[in-house]
Amino acid sequence: MKKTKLFSLIALVLAMLMVFAACTPKTNEGKETSNDGTTTGQNTENQTEDTTGEPVTITYCNFNSSGGNEETLAKMVEVFEAEYPNIKVDVETIGFDDYFTQMQTRVAGGTAPDCYELNIENFAAYANKGLLAEITGVDVSGLNETTLSAFNVDGKQYGLPESFSNVVLIYNKDLFDQAGVAYPTDDWTQDDVQAAAEKIRALGEDIYGIWQPITYNEFFKVVAQYGGSLLNEDKTAFTINSPENLKAAQVLVDRVLVSNVQPNAVQQGGMGDWDMFMSGRLGMIPTGIWAFQTFTEGCDFAWDIVVEPGSTQKATHFFSNCVVMNPETQHPEEVATWLAWLASSTTSADIRLEAGWDLPALKDLDALSSYLEVTPPDNREAVFKSLDYLVMPPVIEDYALMSDIIGQKLAAAAEGSITVQEALDQAQAECEAQIKLG
Amino acid sequence: MNTNTMTRQKKKGKKHGSGLLVASPFLLPSLIGLLIFSMMPLIISGLISLTDWNGLDQLTKPGFFQEHFIGLENYKTILSTPEFWNTLGNTAEYIILYIPSMLAASLLVAYLLSRPRKGIGTFRVVYYIPVLTSWVAASLIWKSVLAPQYGAMNGILEFFGIQGPGWLLDEDWAMPAIVLVSVWKDMGFFGLILLSGIVGINKTYYEAAEIDGANGWTRFVKITLPLLTPSLFYVVVVAMINSFQLFPQVMIMTGGGPNKATEVMVERIYQYGFRYYRMGYAAAFSWLLFVIIMVFTAIQMKGQKRWVHYDD
Repeated sequence: MKKTKLFSLIALVLAMLMVFAACTPKTNEGKETSNDGTTTGQNTENQTEDTTGEPVTITYCNFNSSGGNEETLAKMVEVFEAEYPNIKVDVETIGFDDYFTQMQTRVAGGTAPDCYELNIENFAAYANKGLLAEITGVDVSGLNETTLSAFNVDGKQYGLPESFSNVVLIYNKDLFDQAGVAYPTDDWTQDDVQAAAEKIRALGEDIYGIWQPITYNEFFKVVAQYGGSLLNEDKTAFTINSPENLKAAQVLVDRVLVSNVQPNAVQQGGMGDWDMFMSGRLGMIPTGIWAFQTFTEGCDFAWDIVVEPGSTQKATHFFSNCVVMNPETQHPEEVATWLAWLASSTTSADIRLEAGWDLPALKDLDALSSYLEVTPPDNREAVFKSLDYLVMPPVIEDYALMSDIIGQKLAAAAEGSITVQEALDQAQAECEAQIKLG
Repeated sequence: MNTNTMTRQKKKGKKHGSGLLVASPFLLPSLIGLLIFSMMPLIISGLISLTDWNGLDQLTKPGFFQEHFIGLENYKTILSTPEFWNTLGNTAEYIILYIPSMLAASLLVAYLLSRPRKGIGTFRVVYYIPVLTSWVAASLIWKSVLAPQYGAMNGILEFFGIQGPGWLLDEDWAMPAIVLVSVWKDMGFFGLILLSGIVGINKTYYEAAEIDGANGWTRFVKITLPLLTPSLFYVVVVAMINSFQLFPQVMIMTGGGPNKATEVMVERIYQYGFRYYRMGYAAAFSWLLFVIIMVFTAIQMKGQKRWVHYDD
């Protein structure tokens, strides 16, 4: 008896918290409910079929348009609303740095928007906690299958890939010429990279062959190039210290500590990796296609791209943001319509490409042809060729924790304070101790 | 209003016994704020620390607490991990390096600024500017200053023929580097408090000492320091609490690295609460931090009798 009393007291306190939490949310929350009232008042059930009545307002939160593409998104909304006059989209844009703490508070407080954007790391945390609704009843066949499957959990589509970026090998043509090495091709392996990097390193004290950060993000991809992975197939166990992974990590670390074709932290001296490349001191850098604009403006030498090198197989990165639906939304059909349009319509894709924002995750590459016309890089097709080798990040609920543990151990190995074997063994042990899988 | 009338009024109020009633309209606005924004979260975080809440599920769902109640499990786990003791060790390292160097630096600042000289106003502003600078901006600038190869700091050291360390990239030097930046930023603030302490010392003591033939150093040690102890005490208590709550400079300059050398408690709390989605665990961590700070402050309060002199 005493215990139930205590629990009800606790529940009361928590309820009070929620009352206060509910007092704070943004102003359009109120607007939305009043809109709700009128819609349901006029037409009790079939809001979607009602095109003449009051339009339904849905709220959409995003981070990706902040810092330059707010107007692009506004334009998309404008076109969408013209096409679907019964749906109004209320956009709220929050900067990336605050976005996930904001969303966390709102979701927990029950004031999440009808639909919102998530990056791939946070998607798994949300999906596995049952906070997302399955998106059904819309045609998403136009979307790239690999990216689509990244947001599919147990056969249910909880998110639609709204944009994507991938990683290619960018190289400094001038340094290759000086070192007398043939330019990389799409078929290069890590061994070819190593050989070229050594010749470029020999050009001067301050010139390095390659910069491939020894971080979690690079690691999960390079192990895939060596046929390894961080998790077993059904994601029930960690396989961080497998022989394949060990080999991959060793290749990366040796470039810093043994052949030194890649600068260590002190040699890098706090200079950013892109800055190093743009200052003409790096032969090669595997990095995201979002670097193109900056490199075009910042490099006073010739550069081009190829598909990332492989080893026993090819594997290239992709990063994708997805849009998801709040299961508590009053308007699931309208939300699904908006999300599907945003992610997969050619209209939104054109607006996106025209603004040079990021790539829509479309299957049909013809829709992206305008993207290929811009140079440099000349070999822009490599961006699309890379799509054949996309590797999925090992998405688990505790993604952030796993990536931090592995990242820290790799950093210690790259610094030489522990061996590669020790790093992977420790990462394996710590992940097993702190993370429950499956 | 002089002190005499004030005490008289106070006594009068007590006699009538209506003090609280009269005061309550004035107290309530801030009291309500305190209850809602400080006490409630405090209590709620205590409750959350007894659950395995992930920070995303809705707390108000019926039966939530019963379902997620795990007792003291979070506390047991935290205390049994090497991580907790590592962060505590790092905090201890910070305190041991920071408090003495901060005291020395701010005493020096206070002493220099207490003497009348030309342009003293400008100097006071200059020393206070770092205090007003945002931690984010300051940390970013210092990060580049402390960059091993191209940073200004090692450039200056090189000029004197010293090979500078890797600073933030070196496990052994990362924490001292953070201490250095913290001292730079805080000495203006604490210096100002000490300065007001120095200025408040009765001049007659110095005059008497001068007549007795005491030199500058003796005057400083025998008069200034003892009479400054109330200000020093305040500074030490505040600096200690701040040290336990060390966060922005670590978050921006090292992110807890290299190899966990600068992981501290608030940084861990943030990571667990908002990146790893383990809010219950983070809440328990913050309660442990609260207890630690309370214990240390209580010890200092008790210990002040031994060395703090109030000049009555």
